[in-house]
Amino acid sequence: MGFEKFGWVPYLSQTRVAKFVDFLQEGKVYGTKCKECGALQFPPRAHCLRCLSSNFEWSHLSGNCTLITYTKVDATPAAFKEQAPYILGLAELTEGPKVFGWIDKSVAEDHISLGMKMRLRTIRLSNGNWTYVLTELGTT
Amino acid sequence: MRVGIVGVGQTKFGKLSDSSSRELVADAFREALSDAGLARKDISALVVCSGTHYDKQRSPAGIMAEYLGVNPTPTFHVEAACASSGVGVRVGWSMIQAGLHDIVAVVGFQKMTELDTAEVQDVMSRSGDVMWESPFGPTMPAYYAMYARAHMKRYGTTEEQFALVSVKNHKYGAKNPNAMFQKELTIEDVLKSRVVASPLKLYDCCANADGAACIIMAGEKITRKITDTPVWIAGLGLASSPMSLTSRSEFASFECSVKAVRQAYKMAKITARDLDVAEVHDSFTSAEVINYEDLGFCRRGEGGRLIENGQTYIGGKIPVNVDGGLLAKGHPVGATGASHIISIAKQLRNEAGPSQVPKAKIGLAHNIGGIGMYGVCTVLRAS
Repeated sequence: MGFEKFGWVPYLSQTRVAKFVDFLQEGKVYGTKCKECGALQFPPRAHCLRCLSSNFEWSHLSGNCTLITYTKVDATPAAFKEQAPYILGLAELTEGPKVFGWIDKSVAEDHISLGMKMRLRTIRLSNGNWTYVLTELGTT
Repeated sequence: MRVGIVGVGQTKFGKLSDSSSRELVADAFREALSDAGLARKDISALVVCSGTHYDKQRSPAGIMAEYLGVNPTPTFHVEAACASSGVGVRVGWSMIQAGLHDIVAVVGFQKMTELDTAEVQDVMSRSGDVMWESPFGPTMPAYYAMYARAHMKRYGTTEEQFALVSVKNHKYGAKNPNAMFQKELTIEDVLKSRVVASPLKLYDCCANADGAACIIMAGEKITRKITDTPVWIAGLGLASSPMSLTSRSEFASFECSVKAVRQAYKMAKITARDLDVAEVHDSFTSAEVINYEDLGFCRRGEGGRLIENGQTYIGGKIPVNVDGGLLAKGHPVGATGASHIISIAKQLRNEAGPSQVPKAKIGLAHNIGGIGMYGVCTVLRAS
């Protein structure tokens, strides 16, 4: 339990990496690091993608990233009407792994360009849940 | 031993409010039996394919086998999202090659318009990784839009080039009596349609639809007995990519398609240049452009120019989706793969009517399942 506090509509509640949401509440974004082979994973995984070991530790991420692509979603699923429209982004963290999520509503669409530097920030949503968003560098 | 396609059948695609899924399946199955000149008792296995997320019926193979009256014939279900019946044909081929069954029917179906908008949206919102992506509300168009944007950035592909795909497919859809939309569109119609997920607009996107499609296959000896115009399955390919975008490395290409088509070309001992006609997965206009490159119809980055130069029309270098594609036919998820293969089979049998590609001998059918997880390719060859 615990993962039901992640995101606007959480579909899962039970996972071995639910602690991720506790970190979000502390304003931090963590990935997992394999204690066997050292591979860093984001989103967090209980099993290493490289060696399938389930021996992992939490690893704090800088949140610095580069935007790979994005889309502004006008036609949204019903459960997301209150958030519409929103911009989905995919970015590469300086540590290597990629992150998928909302681009913060403070960022105007015409400010967005592929390859721009961005930073992850944690936020609390109006439904009380926690998530991360991609923000422009320089905004906090 | 080769495996041949001996019978095909397909319903109209669209909002078929007067029919249930079992009735659509029965229409397609009966047409395929009649096309093959076979009776129900000749079918030794029934492979039922759909995207189960849209089905009201749990374990739909059960009711389909009953409604078709084929019990106790073996039956089971195959699911690979939009590639379900494309994968079903691969499964049927394997069953025949293994010697377990001599004549196999593969039927794909979907009944999508019976779901209310909220149900469809709930299904749509769970198309990606429900743990890490769905909490942000991605949709199918949104995922494809992110690929479209990456392709535009890397290669300079334009929204106008994407729109031209829709113009082409609607031109041919207007000639296809089974298509959901039988009306031509202009490039302005496409560009001015409302934005769904930028840069994709309404007419860049296929529509949910109802429909069913059935393919009956047999081993070489039986195929020759049944038909004078067999179409042979010459090559098969199937590959997967991660479901999550975060686990992928390439966003201007669908890597599962590239791997699947290489397998299919190799097995058929051909290259893309040998193809006379192709059906590719045009769930979105941008996907068709990316498919051109992934399937080897042109070099990387030249997909936009290929459509701009009219090379994917009949008379061009490689006619693509000249039955209207999903953009005009509609996209009843589970029926789509079989429908693509049927369109190629008809081309190779010289039965494609106003959209016949002259002297078509070798064709490719390609599907992408879900948001680029499953790539499935089938190369067909006329006898």
